[in-house]
Amino acid sequence: MPHDDHDHPHALLPPDPALRVKALETILTRKGLIDPAALDEIIDTYENKIGPKNGAQVVARAWSDPGFLEALRADATAAVKDMGFYGRQGEHMVAVENTPEVHNMVVCTLCSCYPWPLLGIPPGWYKSDAYRARAVREPRKVLAEFGVTLPDETAVRVWDSTAEVRYLVIPMRPEGTAGLDRDALAALVSRDSMIGTGLAVAP
Amino acid sequence: MTRVHDMGGRYGDGAVVPEDEDGPVFPQDWHGRALAVTLACGSLGQWNIDISRHARERLSPQDYTRFSYYEKWMAGLADLLVEKGVLTAEDLSGGGSDARHPLADRVMTPEAVARTLVNGGPADRDSNIAPLFEPGDAVRTARPAGNRLVDGGHTRLPAYAAGAKGRIVRLHGCHVLPDSSAHGLGEAPEPLYSVVFAASELWTDPEHPRDEVVLDLWQSYLEPA
Repeated sequence: MPHDDHDHPHALLPPDPALRVKALETILTRKGLIDPAALDEIIDTYENKIGPKNGAQVVARAWSDPGFLEALRADATAAVKDMGFYGRQGEHMVAVENTPEVHNMVVCTLCSCYPWPLLGIPPGWYKSDAYRARAVREPRKVLAEFGVTLPDETAVRVWDSTAEVRYLVIPMRPEGTAGLDRDALAALVSRDSMIGTGLAVAP
Repeated sequence: MTRVHDMGGRYGDGAVVPEDEDGPVFPQDWHGRALAVTLACGSLGQWNIDISRHARERLSPQDYTRFSYYEKWMAGLADLLVEKGVLTAEDLSGGGSDARHPLADRVMTPEAVARTLVNGGPADRDSNIAPLFEPGDAVRTARPAGNRLVDGGHTRLPAYAAGAKGRIVRLHGCHVLPDSSAHGLGEAPEPLYSVVFAASELWTDPEHPRDEVVLDLWQSYLEPA
């Protein structure tokens, strides 16, 4: 049986969130169960080393390297691992490509599943009740709140991340980018365009 | 049947507020601390990802609603640490012992962080359960949505997609079944599929006749349609 007793241990910690975290960290550190230096390392990793620049490199390469695009379609996990992007919350990757016919958009209605090795830690709005509740039922209204309006001939396909598979949206390559190298292309790829709430922007 | 986290399709939440992409990863210092404490405690090996998700889902609807994102993580973690016997209620109240803990030799060291994050935790497994479906097959999801092994237990079939007719688009191989794994009943791996549903199958007033929603669903959530 799930434990649905109402004598919740978490209520024993201080109510203020910052103090609550501090209290738990202190208790665990004193017992030798966590090492604060490891916490610093985890935070540094997601603040400075792993973020949407990784995903943008994948998109730019998919736009400019047909062999890589084929590899990405066949096995995205292996293709991005070859670029050095693999790990926690990115163990099973699928890339979904936007076209004039289909616009892809990713959500996790049940929690906040997100491809960490490619996009880092999700932004607050991705984890919000409003996005989780509405993205599946009224994606076009949500897109409008991001300033995105799709033509009527484009269908929206929303991916609800209900398992351990993580989805990366490959936005459409903007017009007028034929001569750009991969770094210049990557600079056009926003985080939101890889979640599907934005578009890649022309330079 | 449902729990408070199962909010897909819910009305009344208001606008989504986009954020500057150059903004801080952790808007408050304690957000990063909360994430890091949670990951570090995972390395103690006393639970798996399904158990930790279910710990957050089991927060009372009142707590789940009033807590911000990382407050839910902290509450779920504190509850799990006591349930699994790692800490006592007395510890959380500040009156526990400071003696070295029997699990302390499993502590995540700074040197182990990069390796732990890179290794991740794949969910695919070998299984002797053969796939019943292939891409293109019509299927219908179970109804009502709910754990068939444990009443009120963890499941990954959202209520909004219960009893809906869809079509298989992809087989992901066999993955750990959260309904079992979240309750210590074994990994019970079985085929996992991407299943596409017309928006009109899920919602009374879909925005566009060709819009679709895709969910990843385990074979035991599905029957032929």
